[in-house]
Amino acid sequence: MKRIITILFILSSFTWLIAYETPFFRAKDRPYDKGDAIILEWKLPAAIDSVQILKADSLGVYQPLFIPTEGETSFVDQDLSYDTDYQYRLLAFSSTDADSLQLSAYAVTKQNWFYLDKLAYLLMLIILSAAIIYYILAAKRGKEFFIRRISGLDSMEEAIGRATEKGKPILFVPGVSELGDIQTLSSLSILSQLAYRAAEYNTEIIVPCRFSMVLSAAREVVKEAYLKAGRSDAFREESIFYLTDDQFGFVAGIDGIIVREEPAANFFLGSFYAESLILAETGLSTGAIQTAGTANAHQLPFFVVSCDYTLIGEELFAASAYLSRDAQQVGSLKGHDFGKLLVIVLILVGVALEIAGISWLKSFLMGAGA
Amino acid sequence: MPDIMNTVGIWLGAFFTFAIFSFLYKDNPFYKLAEQIFVGLSAGYGLIYIIYAALMPNLFTKLATDFGGNLILLIPFALGIMMITRMVPKIQWLSRYPLSIVIGTSAAISLLRFLKSDLIAQVAATMINPFATKVPSEIVGNLMLIIGTICGVYFFYFSKKQEGIAKIPSKIGVYFLMVSFGATFGYTVMARISLLIGRLEFLLKDWLHIIK
Repeated sequence: MKRIITILFILSSFTWLIAYETPFFRAKDRPYDKGDAIILEWKLPAAIDSVQILKADSLGVYQPLFIPTEGETSFVDQDLSYDTDYQYRLLAFSSTDADSLQLSAYAVTKQNWFYLDKLAYLLMLIILSAAIIYYILAAKRGKEFFIRRISGLDSMEEAIGRATEKGKPILFVPGVSELGDIQTLSSLSILSQLAYRAAEYNTEIIVPCRFSMVLSAAREVVKEAYLKAGRSDAFREESIFYLTDDQFGFVAGIDGIIVREEPAANFFLGSFYAESLILAETGLSTGAIQTAGTANAHQLPFFVVSCDYTLIGEELFAASAYLSRDAQQVGSLKGHDFGKLLVIVLILVGVALEIAGISWLKSFLMGAGA
Repeated sequence: MPDIMNTVGIWLGAFFTFAIFSFLYKDNPFYKLAEQIFVGLSAGYGLIYIIYAALMPNLFTKLATDFGGNLILLIPFALGIMMITRMVPKIQWLSRYPLSIVIGTSAAISLLRFLKSDLIAQVAATMINPFATKVPSEIVGNLMLIIGTICGVYFFYFSKKQEGIAKIPSKIGVYFLMVSFGATFGYTVMARISLLIGRLEFLLKDWLHIIK
């Protein structure tokens, strides 16, 4: 037995030595990617002075690809097409012609189901989703969660009250983006709460829409709110209407509504761009109580200066949960808060690691963020 | 003929520019006219644009030329038809299905997009060694970036009352937000002035030929 082990050891050492000494050049598909890269690896004798790597073009003619510096033994050829055969040639030059080498390799790029550089996404998604699900279930089981006061939303009762007293309508603009924008969805959630209160107070609500899909969704939301409030008879479909797809045409139309209908309360909630100040200034000139909110940070200053209450960024997304106190939405908001704490902890740990000269956490996240 | 059309276009442009500007004084018939034409014209243009730039090339032409090879397009076609059922009260409920699909897919797609750009990329970009440089102003800048980001995020933490020690990072976050709002305000006002200059240039150059 001892003899067999000794022979096997000698044989394996010999094989390793041969492999170690034999020059090679190989190409392989980069694993766990979208099939856009090939890894080239080589090992050459010490006598080699310079190396050049060539790649065959679509006609099969080899073109210069890369000149490695001394000591480099690998290269990643990127921005390739998937399921494609790529051919490479390595030319190694030596001062003595006898030692010069020409090696060839080829590989086929393959798409993979799992991209390793997106692992951070997966982990984040799992952690955040798990937190949201946990809090939703806890809220549904009856656990009370605290949500701090959001002053911009406390104004809603005041605004509806004023509109009711004056006998004037409420204007609600769900932003200028399509239904695909998450801010529009958030805005429609708030519209649902507002429409419910407006139905209770029997106050008219006007909702001009820029896109047909938003119009359909807004009508559904308001109709459902009126039904929920037991005032389906008071629901007027024509109060939720389409104006135009054009951004400034839409704004001109709303300005006209503001100065002619003179709503007692204006709500600008959703995604807004250059029109934010035009809308809010016109509303201010009529003396309406104004609440605005957007996650477009560059438009927030205009709302801050011209509106009575402003929902800043994330507050827009928290608004629906805050107003409805619905278990599912409150649980979801708690899950988001968990995510914010996670972000703070990650930044602190990341900065500490960077100061200590350790960059793996940042590189790991950058792989997904790139 | 093209010259006459061009001249008419410039005069109409000048007229509507003044009509819209007249709103700065107060609501008036000229503004109402410009507003109604603007809204109506843009809505009509939008409809025609969608037919010729989206429906025709992406749906009808493909189905007409290769019906068998584009069977998948029948799904959005059917969803579109279901949306139109809103006009028939009895089968209006059908339109809820395409709406649900749009809302669900949009939320899912946005989730990944924001996870990348607003969360992971932002977190990674804030993970810096503030003392990597020897320049004092850069060290201060790096520290402000880290503190501003952390306090800014904390301001939007809704699960805790902002009082006592918890109020401090929240207050710092608000100050950072307000400074950024001020800077954005100034920057955007500059951009708006350039828009006004563009409009004045149209009036003085293209219309009145006062400047060259």
